[in-house]
Amino acid sequence: MPAVNETIEAVQSVTDSGYKWGFETDIEMEFAPKGLNEDIVRFISKKKNEPEWLLEWRLRAFALWQTMEEPRWSAVKYNPIDYQDAYYYAAPKQGPKSLEEVDPELLRTYEKLGIPLREQEVLAGVEGAGSAADARMPIAVDAVFDSVSVATSYKARLEKEGIIFCSISEAVQTHPELVRKYLGSVVPQGDNFFAALNCAVFTDGSFVYVPKGVRCPMELSTYFRINAKSTGQFERTLIIADEGSTVSYLEGCTAPMRDENQLHAAVVELVALDDASIKYSTVQNWYPGDANGKGGIYNFVTKRAACRGKRSKVSWTQVETGSAITWKYPSCILQGDDSVGEFYSVAIANNWQQADTGTKMIHLGARTKSTIVSKGISAGQGQNTYRGLVRIGPRASGARNFTQCDSLLIGDKCGAHTVPYIENRCLTAKVEHEATTSRIAEDQLFYCRQRGLSQEEAVGMIVNGFCREVLKELPMEFAVEAQKLLQISLEGSVG
Amino acid sequence: MGMLKIENLSAEIDGKTILNGISLEVPAGEIHAVMGPNGSGKSTLSYVLAGREGYEVTGGSATFHGQDLLALDPEERAAAGLFLAFQYPVELPGVGNANFLRTALNAIRKTRGEPELDAMQFLKIARERMKALSMPEDMLKRGVNVGFSGGEKKRNEVLQMALLRPQLAILDETDSGLDIDALKIVADGVNAQRAPDFSALIITHYQRLLDYIIPDRVHVLVKGRIVKSGGPELAHALEKEGYASVQEAA
Repeated sequence: MPAVNETIEAVQSVTDSGYKWGFETDIEMEFAPKGLNEDIVRFISKKKNEPEWLLEWRLRAFALWQTMEEPRWSAVKYNPIDYQDAYYYAAPKQGPKSLEEVDPELLRTYEKLGIPLREQEVLAGVEGAGSAADARMPIAVDAVFDSVSVATSYKARLEKEGIIFCSISEAVQTHPELVRKYLGSVVPQGDNFFAALNCAVFTDGSFVYVPKGVRCPMELSTYFRINAKSTGQFERTLIIADEGSTVSYLEGCTAPMRDENQLHAAVVELVALDDASIKYSTVQNWYPGDANGKGGIYNFVTKRAACRGKRSKVSWTQVETGSAITWKYPSCILQGDDSVGEFYSVAIANNWQQADTGTKMIHLGARTKSTIVSKGISAGQGQNTYRGLVRIGPRASGARNFTQCDSLLIGDKCGAHTVPYIENRCLTAKVEHEATTSRIAEDQLFYCRQRGLSQEEAVGMIVNGFCREVLKELPMEFAVEAQKLLQISLEGSVG
Repeated sequence: MGMLKIENLSAEIDGKTILNGISLEVPAGEIHAVMGPNGSGKSTLSYVLAGREGYEVTGGSATFHGQDLLALDPEERAAAGLFLAFQYPVELPGVGNANFLRTALNAIRKTRGEPELDAMQFLKIARERMKALSMPEDMLKRGVNVGFSGGEKKRNEVLQMALLRPQLAILDETDSGLDIDALKIVADGVNAQRAPDFSALIITHYQRLLDYIIPDRVHVLVKGRIVKSGGPELAHALEKEGYASVQEAA
């Protein structure tokens, strides 16, 4: 009986309220001078001991960025960002090489966040309580703290399979040919304002290469933490799944509670070759700001996958509970014939949060298939927009898309918006779009409460039910986490 | 002392008086029926007792084991042992029935100081009770009441009652929309609960459910007031003569 545990645990383990990841780590940091100019770009590149081509690449991006303007087409509203009033590089002073050398303060930070950096021995059958959760798979973690990766676990074990899993800075040194071949090949430098900024000043992120025919034996994950004040985080992730390989990757993120807004502008590129499959899951829990809308992360992210190979598949699953502003559209370019793109999303906008999120499915190859399931939840004064593009090119004969957008409203001051774009240049393609908007009904709440559930438990249960189709796409450990998060994110939204 | 004691209870919705001074006492171990024509306030009575929002109590009192029922939140009333079988059970899309039932059961158990049940323990109990109600096991896997037939929804209500073991069950027109077989199953479910510390208030328009659940007392509700009370024979008399005679009396 799957799914029996989940919500109950989610509901019961959440007793105290508020953002629980909002603490700050006191650690000696090294900063680049405040502000942004060519020298800063050179500074970052030099810090990372990068080859000349990469510095040139960054400088080109910076030049492009200077000619670009912030996009204004989304529904999010915010005060102008002063790009000169931020640090673009912040790193713990001790640059560790192995887990043993990591600053204990950092290890404690990740322990507090519940992120296992230490490699654990798999104790088969010891826990013995009989549930499936006990057969816990180890998870390899790359931990990015502000601008640098501080540790990556299980590297040796993965290397045995030929899998490269390391920080992108390290990959630049150890596998420059792969990085050079694929970096910017999915999201070019001038793609958009925030992507260009990222290209110029990206600091760290994860790099994954899964060789031909290899199924990655464990979940790979990156845990992003913004800690330092007045710092932007510009992470860069690149995942390449070679022919016939399979990989599942998760990312999580948190930040301290601060009154100021902090910028997070990431770029994630995925490349799937023939018959390869990538599953990319995100639980985004950046600090959302307080109940009055003060502070919180500005999350402007470009995520894109190229399904280059025939029968390749990329599946995005995201649970977006944090950030003051979320602006992200994980997309799939379905180049290979019979390639498949999926996008499963839960986005919450509570209090004063704004989310403008969705996907782009670009069908180029024949018989390409895409599925979009978006669940938006608005509460408080939150504004939630689904924005999605389905484009079918003339060669994409027999392409299919199915889109389902559901919005749930809690309270009467929030908003839900659905903005689907459909462009079809192929007569044999089939595109379906379904959308619903509903409210948590008073009779549903009363029904749950009559059975003994508190108001908050009732909301949590109804919301989890609403998101079920998306949550079931997450790896199990994450699904439980995500359900708890949904509950916490909506605390105080009713009554 | 009466388990449920309602005194001179009045309530309105949107400024319109629906309950107009109801007095009623259900002692422990007894099953009472409340009958009445459409619009007499039967469902309102059940909602006011269960604490649904939107109903304003304008006078009188309702106590449960001597405790002021009207001062409690709906979930506190549930924890105190009050159960309402809904006339129209609500659908909860995406919420698995097993998950819902176990969460509800554990919420109630927690307030009683009983240990919570894990999934396996719960399933064992649920399967037993479902068998007794002739419910197919796959109803545990489906969304709460989603796509259930009318009869399945009502049986699901009775299943919840059987699991939660309330001290006072209010059945709001549970017989409506049931065929005779389903009616018998539901009645068996209620009869199985009969115990010295269990009481029930069966709200119904028709007498036929009362052929299978023999009430200790029958009350006739007209225009928000109890106009007549009697033994089980009163239900038969109503069935024969209709509500016209008592309506005139009101």
